[in-house]
Amino acid sequence: NPAPCLIANPIHHLQTKHFSIGILPDGVNRSSDNFVQNSDAMERLLSDLQSHINKVLAGGGETAVKRNRSRYKLLPRERIDRLLDPGSSFLELSQLAGHELYEDPLPSGGIITGIGPVHGRLCMFVANDPTVKGGTYYPITIKKHLRAQEIAAQCKLPCVYLVDSGGAFLPKQAEVFPDKENFGRIFYNQATLSAQGIPQIALVLGSCTAGGAYIPAMADESVMVKGNGTIFLAGPPLVKAATGEEVSAEDLGGATVHCKTSGVSDYFAQDEIHGLALGRNIVKNLHLAGKQGMLSSSPPANLEFKEPLYDVKELRSIAPVDHKQQFDVRSVIARIVDGSEFDEFKKLYGTTLVTGFARIYGQPVGILGNNGILFNESALKGTHFIELCSQRNIPLVFLQNITGFMVGSRSEANGIAKSGAKLVMAVSCVKVPKVTIMIGGSFGAGNYAMCGRAFNPNFLFLWPNARISVMGGAQAAGVLSQIERANKKRQGIQWTSEEEDKFKAKVMEAYEREGNPYYSTARLWDDGIIDPADTRKIVGLCISASLNRPLEDTKYGVFRM
Amino acid sequence: GPPPGTTSQQQRIEKILVANRGEIACRIMRTAKRLGIRTVAVYSDADKDSFHVKSADEAVHIGPPPARLSYLNGSSIVEAAVRTGAQAVHPGYGFLSESSEFAQLVEDRGLTFIGPPASAIRDMGDKSASKRIMGAAGVPLVPGYHGSEQDVEIMRLEADKIGYPILIKPTHGGGGKGMRIVQSPNEFVDSFLGAQREAAASFGINTILLEKYITQPRHIEVQIFGDKFGNVLHLYERDCSVQRRHQKIIEEAPAPCVTDEFRTHLGQAAVSAAKAVGYHNAGTVEFIVDTKTGHFYFMEMNTRLQVEHPVTEMIVGQDLVEWQIRVANGEPLPISQGQVPLSGQAFTHGIELCHSCDVLFEFISKENINYFGHAFEARIYAENVLKGFLPATGVLHHYQPVPPSSTGNLFMLIHLRRILYSGCFLPAMLATLQFDIFYPILQLERVERNRIISTSHSHLSTSKPVSFIPLFASLFLLVLSFFYLTVRVETGVEQGDVVSMHYDPMIAKLVVWGENRAAALVKLKDCLLKFQVAGVPTNINFLQNLANHKAFEEGNVETHFIEHHKDDLFVDPNNKVIYEDAFSAARLGAKLVAACLCEKERSAMKESHSGDPSLLPIWYTHPPFRVNHHAQRTMEFEWENEYESSSSKPLMLSITYHPDGNYFIQIGENGAHILEVKASNLGNDNFIVEADGLTMNISLAVYTKGQIKHIHIWHGPHHLHFRQKLGLDLSDEDETQHKTSFETTSHPPGTVVAPMAGLVVKVLVEDGAKVEAGQPVLVLEAMKMEHVVKATSGGVVEGLKVGAGQQVSDGSVLFRVKVSHFEFGFWN
Repeated sequence: NPAPCLIANPIHHLQTKHFSIGILPDGVNRSSDNFVQNSDAMERLLSDLQSHINKVLAGGGETAVKRNRSRYKLLPRERIDRLLDPGSSFLELSQLAGHELYEDPLPSGGIITGIGPVHGRLCMFVANDPTVKGGTYYPITIKKHLRAQEIAAQCKLPCVYLVDSGGAFLPKQAEVFPDKENFGRIFYNQATLSAQGIPQIALVLGSCTAGGAYIPAMADESVMVKGNGTIFLAGPPLVKAATGEEVSAEDLGGATVHCKTSGVSDYFAQDEIHGLALGRNIVKNLHLAGKQGMLSSSPPANLEFKEPLYDVKELRSIAPVDHKQQFDVRSVIARIVDGSEFDEFKKLYGTTLVTGFARIYGQPVGILGNNGILFNESALKGTHFIELCSQRNIPLVFLQNITGFMVGSRSEANGIAKSGAKLVMAVSCVKVPKVTIMIGGSFGAGNYAMCGRAFNPNFLFLWPNARISVMGGAQAAGVLSQIERANKKRQGIQWTSEEEDKFKAKVMEAYEREGNPYYSTARLWDDGIIDPADTRKIVGLCISASLNRPLEDTKYGVFRM
Repeated sequence: GPPPGTTSQQQRIEKILVANRGEIACRIMRTAKRLGIRTVAVYSDADKDSFHVKSADEAVHIGPPPARLSYLNGSSIVEAAVRTGAQAVHPGYGFLSESSEFAQLVEDRGLTFIGPPASAIRDMGDKSASKRIMGAAGVPLVPGYHGSEQDVEIMRLEADKIGYPILIKPTHGGGGKGMRIVQSPNEFVDSFLGAQREAAASFGINTILLEKYITQPRHIEVQIFGDKFGNVLHLYERDCSVQRRHQKIIEEAPAPCVTDEFRTHLGQAAVSAAKAVGYHNAGTVEFIVDTKTGHFYFMEMNTRLQVEHPVTEMIVGQDLVEWQIRVANGEPLPISQGQVPLSGQAFTHGIELCHSCDVLFEFISKENINYFGHAFEARIYAENVLKGFLPATGVLHHYQPVPPSSTGNLFMLIHLRRILYSGCFLPAMLATLQFDIFYPILQLERVERNRIISTSHSHLSTSKPVSFIPLFASLFLLVLSFFYLTVRVETGVEQGDVVSMHYDPMIAKLVVWGENRAAALVKLKDCLLKFQVAGVPTNINFLQNLANHKAFEEGNVETHFIEHHKDDLFVDPNNKVIYEDAFSAARLGAKLVAACLCEKERSAMKESHSGDPSLLPIWYTHPPFRVNHHAQRTMEFEWENEYESSSSKPLMLSITYHPDGNYFIQIGENGAHILEVKASNLGNDNFIVEADGLTMNISLAVYTKGQIKHIHIWHGPHHLHFRQKLGLDLSDEDETQHKTSFETTSHPPGTVVAPMAGLVVKVLVEDGAKVEAGQPVLVLEAMKMEHVVKATSGGVVEGLKVGAGQQVSDGSVLFRVKVSHFEFGFWN
């Protein structure tokens, strides 16, 4: 007889009923064939990634590393490790920059960049790798250096330059010297960053020749290491050629000269370890009063957070082998957000774009994830959601897996271009931190609407299975072959189907190559390729780094109505 | 026996001034406190913040650090007693404890000297005089010369008469200071003059006596006690044979491998000796036992409480400091000689009483054969064992004697048994739960025993054992008693204190008790393993070697024990096999240290970065995150070991943070064995570590000295010491002072540095003089011991700038011997 019980304890009755508001279901069928295939495919991709990473971690090769050690110099990643707070994390950027870009390998583009804390304060590190081409700047090296400064500007991160470079790579001077986004821009950025109150710190741990000499000279504070560190506009050979003066490197531009006589450097270090310690001290002494009013010091972050309910490693089994296959982005979200709790916004409307609120390591985020082609409704829903987050200062996370906007007469008539433009307007103008992760395809205008590289996300990372191009290879081949066929027809040339297949294959092959994540990451179209299982961690770190700046008001342009 | 009613007529002591420092001052104050007697400490400038000052109710400053200006300054000490209204002065041991002048001074000012009468101190203090008195009293004496004639030549003739080897000994003082053994006539003069000098420096009197040197002697001493009514009893003997530099390091009671008959004779001789000088209060009669003949001879009498008195306390269940105070108060001895229990005797009475009891009591009776068991005392010194036990000075950066959890006491056990007879189960149980269980129980125990012993002589029925004690409760108590290990640590220092050059470098006395010698030895070894000191070198490792030596285990002790077994006891730096073993243990130790340091850093990070949202906790999660690879770090340690005196072994470790939080640690290049370590921090630098399928407890001590971080690790039977150059692993405070200096502290070849801090007594050669290898160059004095600094090789002395009377610090350069062929040499 349940009635008396109910009356006696109605609360109890209510509590026994399970309301699962916001908790995402597992969404992964571990016993399915797909699961196994996807896992296997991702495992292959990850082992590829690992072999590429292992190569770049080794720097410029055994001989160069040995020579470096013989000079009592650490490798750039070791230098950074020693600057970081002990036991703290480091978010390295674009590890595979320069991958198969030049005739010779250029591991990590010859420069290591990334973010980590020093005395509790996040810094951007830019470290030349002297074992790679003597630390000289290739075009991609400059691009990576500038990208680091761009992030530092966006996130207001003090910059620590670990200088050990021979300057510009002279054979490619035309590509590194003259243009706007070339070598000179590094110093321009140093000046303007310093002007914005973003500290610029240089540790001269090796040579610092020609243009490179301006890095410490332009810095707010600089450290020089006795013996190894040298700063001069022209090295001893050039000086001899120019003026006939014979002088040693140490006497020409060593730490003693610059710390004692010229004043080009501020702190004299006995050795590299001492120099790095001085570097840490400089950061320690940065005045932290400016932190007031930062996004990160406003109350949002919950220090107590729950891990997701489901294993993050299963993110390696979600992305399908076949890019044409769709998967539910919620199963990804469930493995990224705290406690797998996701409060979905407009769940029933515009269902191909999933939007909602969650937390990552206690930090509130708004997530936009693709669940199919963008329709009118999806675009409008996305715009609405971005406006919400912007108003509430909630950082945005874009999970890109998009083939593009819906095409066709009905869609055009509905004004898909107008709806897409609204989304692009919102994505472009919104001032909250944005982090984009490409977890599958990134094609066409979908790339733009979902905050591709051109839309200045604070950070952009790829899964190893991602593909980026203006459209799919097959579609491009179809379009191009139609045009080609028309051309040939006009010229009266016969085009056999074998010839057409060959033509199509060539196009598809080019698209496959250029749409590959390694092609992207080598050119710095992103900030790195990551293991899906690290997604939660990396998004968390990115958001945390992005919040290191004052609040900005969002102002949109004209929305086409 | 005492005349009835005497005690009530005496003025009772209510406040004691303790004219001493260190552990003995603390020890005396503890008993005084328990008796409700207030205490006054005295201190020199060097001891302003020391433990004995904190332990006292009041403290009086008496002068600068040198003992002769403070702790040996009798008049200012007596002044302090008068000023603070103390009725009595306890001198402890050392310092003024055997100064008859001081005792007299105290009495003259109307205060009570807690110790023997001044006359007895005087009689026994003069070793020549004491031997005459002893000879007259029929106490056996070693052949020798105790005359007043002190001329070198006459002494040499006397020596020839006695026959070599000869022992040269100052007539005053003790502790081996100024003693010399002379093997042949041609060494006699130098040794004699050295002994005179040292005696003068230490005791102010430079008279010397000669004795036949017994080649394989044992040093056995008897604790005696007398009251002011002429009663003297003995509390059995202690064996103090194991000595280095003529100073005891391990003492035990009762003496091993000794018959009851011998014990009785020895005790009687000791009592006769004391009675011959009208002795009262605590004293020790030292005998030398010739192991070849089995004869014992009177050596000397120490008219004070001895350093090693706790071993006697442990076997007789008495508090000798309390006895001292009672006797000084004019009370009679609390028990008579017949009541001093000897092995097994006390409880045979008890067993007789238990006529109605069952099996359990049978069990007890069997166990009680060695009722009073066996006790050891190991003296833990700050000293450099390999440099000939030279005293060391420094800061006790880490000091954790045996963890309190494993110390209990003997009296607990005694008491628990007593309970079985008295039937007062519940109150006794409550008593055991009290905070300071040691002395209340001791007190109860004594009273109880007297009652039982006395009743056992008259009416057995009056004190019937209570048979209603449930069997399980008794069993419970017995089981409980086994968990109460019986360990005492007598110490006068705390972590952070300085072992200074001014006083004795003893850090602590470790006293253990066991049911029998073997059981006590097991405990001694265990406690030595757990006794943690870092900051100054100690003799703990050496004591472990000693305790583990087979001959020691068998009780075959004699005064040359260390010398005879030196090959087993000391590390031989050239032994490759042992070195390899030690090195592999050091490699493992270094890996564990690395893991623990990472773990420690992690918990420190967690603490400093939690609670402050602006400090980005996500950047400090464990393990530290790296994109597409595991975080790695390197640590470089130098293994501080006994094998390489000049250079130490550098160890390069690479630590990889595994995602599951474990550490993968390898030493050296790729391909070396990788150890997976899981470490958890228990706080206070204690860790639980899992490695290679073994789970173990680890303790670390980390401190910084100059530019070097010192890390000590205790794991299993190992205690290892590593050094790390300070780099970025500094704490914030340290870092501001960071100065990297890679210049080595090693000196050019031939440089001779002070082996310890001390005073230059004599410079024997001039700067620029030519010397032979091993030729004495100057004489240093520290801890009242003379050390001859010799030329390490033949050559010309350069840079000798020190002069007599100059103070030199540890490791400071004294001079350099310039040679063409340079050879390394060691001091001795």
